[in-house]
This record gives sequence, structure tokens and C-alpha cells, in this order.
Amino acid sequence: MDAVFSNFDDYLKAFGLTIGLFVVSGIASLIWGTILAVLRVGPVSILNKAAALYVTLFRNTPLLMIFIFMAIAMPVLGYNFKFVEDVEIGGWNVSAFFVRSCIALTLYTSAFVCEAMRSGVNAVPLGQAEAGRAIGLTFSQSMKLVVLPQAARAVIPPMTSVLIALIKNTSVAAAFGMAEAVATMRALTNNNADQRIGIFLAFAVGYIVIVEVVSLASYAAERKVKVAR
Amino acid sequence: MTAQETAPVSAGRGEPLVVLKDVQKHFGQLHALKDIDLTVTRGEVVVVIGPSGSGKSTLCRTINRLETIDEGTITLDGQPLPQEGKALAALRAEVGMVFQSFNLFAHKTILENVTLGPIKVRGMKREDADKKARELLERVGVGHQAEKYPAQLSGGQQQRVAIARALAMEPKVMLFDEPTSALDPEMIKEVLDVMVDLAQQGMTMVVVTHEMGFARTAADRVVFMADGVIVEEGTPEEFFTHPRSDRAKDFLGKILKH
Repeated sequence: MDAVFSNFDDYLKAFGLTIGLFVVSGIASLIWGTILAVLRVGPVSILNKAAALYVTLFRNTPLLMIFIFMAIAMPVLGYNFKFVEDVEIGGWNVSAFFVRSCIALTLYTSAFVCEAMRSGVNAVPLGQAEAGRAIGLTFSQSMKLVVLPQAARAVIPPMTSVLIALIKNTSVAAAFGMAEAVATMRALTNNNADQRIGIFLAFAVGYIVIVEVVSLASYAAERKVKVAR
Repeated sequence: MTAQETAPVSAGRGEPLVVLKDVQKHFGQLHALKDIDLTVTRGEVVVVIGPSGSGKSTLCRTINRLETIDEGTITLDGQPLPQEGKALAALRAEVGMVFQSFNLFAHKTILENVTLGPIKVRGMKREDADKKARELLERVGVGHQAEKYPAQLSGGQQQRVAIARALAMEPKVMLFDEPTSALDPEMIKEVLDVMVDLAQQGMTMVVVTHEMGFARTAADRVVFMADGVIVEEGTPEEFFTHPRSDRAKDFLGKILKH
């Protein structure tokens, strides 16, 4: 365990990066996935099909493949996102790898967010949307004001699972040179082979803490939006 | 049971408001609406009755295009129903709808249920919408429940709120799709009383119902449907005492026996 304490800065930085990947791609996935879900249940047939195709494509592709595509194919195609490295936010320099990792995670996770969201929309009785339309709300208004707020209730448990999977999926970025938790753990165990178990435990605890924070937040949110039907 | 037996009765005041012409609707193999011609004039109360599966709810739902039609035309106040999008939403705002299962917005208070349309569709200020909503809730007898959520109200109260929600849009016509079918017997009266009130104030209404008492007291015209066809129409007096078609005689025989 000494190896972790003597490199505590690296440990914190590593989990900082894990959390950074999670928060950025989590928010992007929630937004993009919700848009996809709205397209899937919407009245325009071509958009239904496009969103369904997206989900099929990205949900059925291993995350590693999407990472490989973002890390190797995109730069070849001329999209290396190097320009983000010139941007400085509050003294932090964003790396192109970070951006590409976030895009890969978002492409993948949004497919799952879309389906979780759709299950929530389906849990709202059809009559609610009909009543919304009957008082003259447009499709997007009835989605925003009537259906999605109620869908959120049914969506919290499956969405929490999707987000927890995302936290753990950030470790795939380790394979592409991101010094997030798993990559840092690997580096520490390489240098301190005699303390492997302690190092493993320290990083396991780190993940457990992050996941528990997300779970507790989800329970709190569930209690808050619980309304009798 | 053919269209020949249909004899339109002119019991209306004023000009035509809702006009259905040669409307056809299929659900897969089922021909749900066949050659429907129906004109509802301003201020008229039309009660649609018939056995279940006769297409009466479908007919009601086509008027604000919650069901699309395959053929024919429907006009409201001279305007044909728009296909989709903003124009359709604008049209629906002119048509009040009350559902069998109330469909109050479960996540909003009673007051918010009534003000949502006026604020979001009509662009009314919140204070004005609140004031109007409270008046309407008072009128349907649930004024003291404004801050509660729908699930805290009885079925009869919820349905009266649903009527207030529809009225808040100041619709040209009100559609009632079996408004009392999901209610306990003692709650049916309180909803029907509100509807009779509305009828007496001159609201144009299309009411799909099994309440023959309401049809007798409040209807200007009774439309009897079976198997997707308008079999017969007439004044309530005519229809209930001298039904012309065998189908209607059979139907009335069954429901009036108990």
C-alpha cells in the first residue's frame, strides 16, 4: 500500500482523470441519448429508423473497437482533434486523447442511454401524450412538458446502471495512453510488484467510492421525483 | 343496417361547425369507420351511442385527429384538419377532449393541469391563467383541490378537472369519449351534472356515452352506430321511443332491460 501513499498525487490525478472522462462523456451521452430516444419515438419515420440504426450499430460494437476507430482511423481521416490542445481552461490543458476518448465513450454509451430513456417513455401511459396533444401542445412540447418528466421516474434505475457501466468503461482509455485509474494502477504494480494486492485494493476502493456516490445520488433523485399515480 | 336508413335531422342552431364527409378508417383488416357523414352545428349536443366496437370512440378521436382517417374529409369551422405539426396543434387547441381514463398529467398539480395549455399554447401570463383556472375549477366543483395531485382525487373529481382543463382552452367544440365509463356509479352523476350545465350554456358537444339518461335530457340528436356505420340518427325522443332499425331496437332492448 506504501506505493499508493508515496504516489498519492498520481493516485488522485488518475481518479481525477477517470472522473473527468465520466462526467464529460456522461453528460454528453445523456444529452445525445435523450435526443436519440425522442427521435426514436417521434412521428417522423426516417428519423425513427436513423436512430434505431445508430443504436444497433453502436450498441452491438465492442467499445474497444470504437476506441481503436477514434484513436487510429480518425487521425488518418484527418480528424485528430489536436486543435483542442491549444485551449486552456482554468490552467488545465485538454489533451486530444481526452477528447477522442470522450467521443468514443459518448458514441457507445448514448446508444444505451437512448434505450433506457425509451423504456421510460414507454412506461408513461399513452393517454398522457394524447392529453398533451389534445390541449394543443406540439410534439416537442408534449415530450418536454408531459412525457419526459414522467419518464425520468421510470428511467432512474436503468440509467444509473448505464452510468455505472460508463464509469468502468472509462478504463478502456488506459489502452490508449490515458493515465486514468487503471493505467496508473498498472504502472504502480509494474514498479512495485511486491505490493500488488495493496495497490489493487486501493484502486478498487477508489472505484467503489465513485460508484457509490453515483448510486446514492440516484436513490436521492428517485425519492425526489416519486409521485403517486 | 344500411346508410339508406340514415335520415339526418336538423335539430341544430346555427351553421355547421364539424363536418365529416365520407370518412373511411381501417385498423388492418377491420373497417372501423364506413362512409361516415356527420354534421355537427354550432351549439348542438350530439350523443353517439352503440355497442362496443362499433367505432364510436374512433369517430370521436378522428375529429381532433388523434386517429388519422384513410379517406374522406373532416372540417372544423370550414377548415380541413391539417396533417401534422404546428397547424394541427393549433387546431387541437380549438377542440376540447375529455377521455375515459381522465389522463390528467400525473406529475402536475390540479391547477397546473388546467393552466399548462393556456400558458404554453395560448401564451397567457401565469397570473391570468391561474385566475381563470381557479374560476373553472370552482365552476366544476373542485376549487378547493387546486394544489393537490391527480392521484389524490377521486375519479369523479379527476374527470371534472379534465373538463376544466379542456374548457381552459376556450374550445369551439368539446369531445367526450366515454367520460363516465371508468367511474363508480355515485360519481357518474357529478360528472354528468357538469356536462348538462355545459350543454345548457350552449357549448357544442360530441359525447360518446352509454348514459342513456344523459342522452335523453341533454342531447339535441342521438347518433346510433354499429359495425362502423351510422345506422340511425334522430332526436332522443324519436330514437328511444320509436327506433327505426332492427339493430337499434335490439341494442335498446338489451340495455334498457336492466
